[in-house]
Amino acid sequence: MRPLTDDETKTMFEKLSKYIGENIKHLVDRPDGTYCFRLHNDRVYYISETILKLATNISRDKLVSVGTCFGKFTKTIKFRLHITALDFLAPYAKFKVWVKPGQEQSFLYGNHVLKSGLGRITENTNQYQGVVVYSMADVPLGFGVAAKSTQECRRVDPLSIVVFHQADIGEFIRSEDTLT
Amino acid sequence: MAACSIEDLLAKAEQDEAEKLKSITVQKELDLEFDIGNLVAYDKNRIDIRQFREQKKEDFLRSLARDNTQLLVNEIWKHPTERVEEVIVVKLPEPTTPLPREKPPPKPRPPTKWEEFAKLKGIQKKKKTNLVWDDVAKNELHRLRNIARAQKIKVPGVGLTPTAQQSKTDLARAVNVAKSSTASAGKFQDRLPKEKAPRNTGKKRKFQPVIGNFSNEKQRQLDLLKVLDSKKPRLDVNKAVNKQMREDDREESAAKFKKGGKKGRKGGNFSGKGKGGGGKGKGKGRAGGKGQGPPSGKKGAGKPGKR
Repeated sequence: MRPLTDDETKTMFEKLSKYIGENIKHLVDRPDGTYCFRLHNDRVYYISETILKLATNISRDKLVSVGTCFGKFTKTIKFRLHITALDFLAPYAKFKVWVKPGQEQSFLYGNHVLKSGLGRITENTNQYQGVVVYSMADVPLGFGVAAKSTQECRRVDPLSIVVFHQADIGEFIRSEDTLT
Repeated sequence: MAACSIEDLLAKAEQDEAEKLKSITVQKELDLEFDIGNLVAYDKNRIDIRQFREQKKEDFLRSLARDNTQLLVNEIWKHPTERVEEVIVVKLPEPTTPLPREKPPPKPRPPTKWEEFAKLKGIQKKKKTNLVWDDVAKNELHRLRNIARAQKIKVPGVGLTPTAQQSKTDLARAVNVAKSSTASAGKFQDRLPKEKAPRNTGKKRKFQPVIGNFSNEKQRQLDLLKVLDSKKPRLDVNKAVNKQMREDDREESAAKFKKGGKKGRKGGNFSGKGKGGGGKGKGKGRAGGKGQGPPSGKKGAGKPGKR
């Protein structure tokens, strides 16, 4: 386990800012305790200071996971955000997409969101902007990337993709083995 | 009387002893061969055929078996015993009878790719000789040390002290050292056409400690965030374009609404769709049409057909 280097921090923050914009500083600087990012086995974990101090007592090969896994760095040092980060991203999300109840299940199975399933979308969403996907009852379902800007979404036909699926809470069951 | 009884007693005792011994002593012409490791006894005595025929065969065989077993057990008891959990146990020696194979012998495995290649090329396994001190090198080393001492500098360590036979690694190291001994540490040195860039040379990476100064870390991350923010362009082109488009649409719809109001007051909810929407406005346009009811004059002709 080690802290992130500057380059790695920069890559990660760039990815996070796609979804939560400048609210990252609320993750870094919290009023209710010191939380930090640590790297272990290519995965980035967001842990409180107390847990971190306890975790240093476990040997590297036996340590599976600490705190919350935000994502991992791939072999080519790109940062990939995992669904386990949803709890921290959802409250700070800048651009949100609401999915109709009919299409909810389809999204939870890993499919993209079509125009016919789109309930609401935040105004001013750019194309390829990172978005957090909610159900109509304001339950965060996962995240994605807007395939079309809000304007285009209005004009497009019902079967075209409006949000590319990136991660959904169905993954907790589908990829149980690989999530840490 | 008493004397008689004592003698009698003694005689009886002797008889008893003899009887006991009889039960455990067996007379044989030839001694048996024993393989106690396998609990085996080999009896090479001839069998008296007449005796065999006279007696009942079962009885003869049983007595023979009993005798041999007795001898075997006697032999077993000769070995050292020990007590294991209230049971007396004899430590058996190694078996002497060679037993045949339990499983079939292993088949010769097919030669590996390397073995085939080596056979093809005629490569033999070369044993690396143990390192022997090289007299030539010794002289060179001493010479360099003398020079170093005279000029008060250190002896160059890395592969530069010459030896008679330089191995591949030594030569490679020498090349690397020579290459990086330039003013810019070998950064602009050309490589030979097929030479690969060395990837593993370099110092070991150093990371911050796991539990360092938290406030420092926080400060550094916040600074990094500030830098990232400043790098983002002030004018987001996409956003600006979208905003502009929205404004235009709104203006058009407002204009249409006014016109519609003058004519027939059937203006339903026009949601930002002007002629500028072009062929893409099918969905929302139709919704607008529903709200309107029967289309009015010119407007009506425009709606379902052209769009």
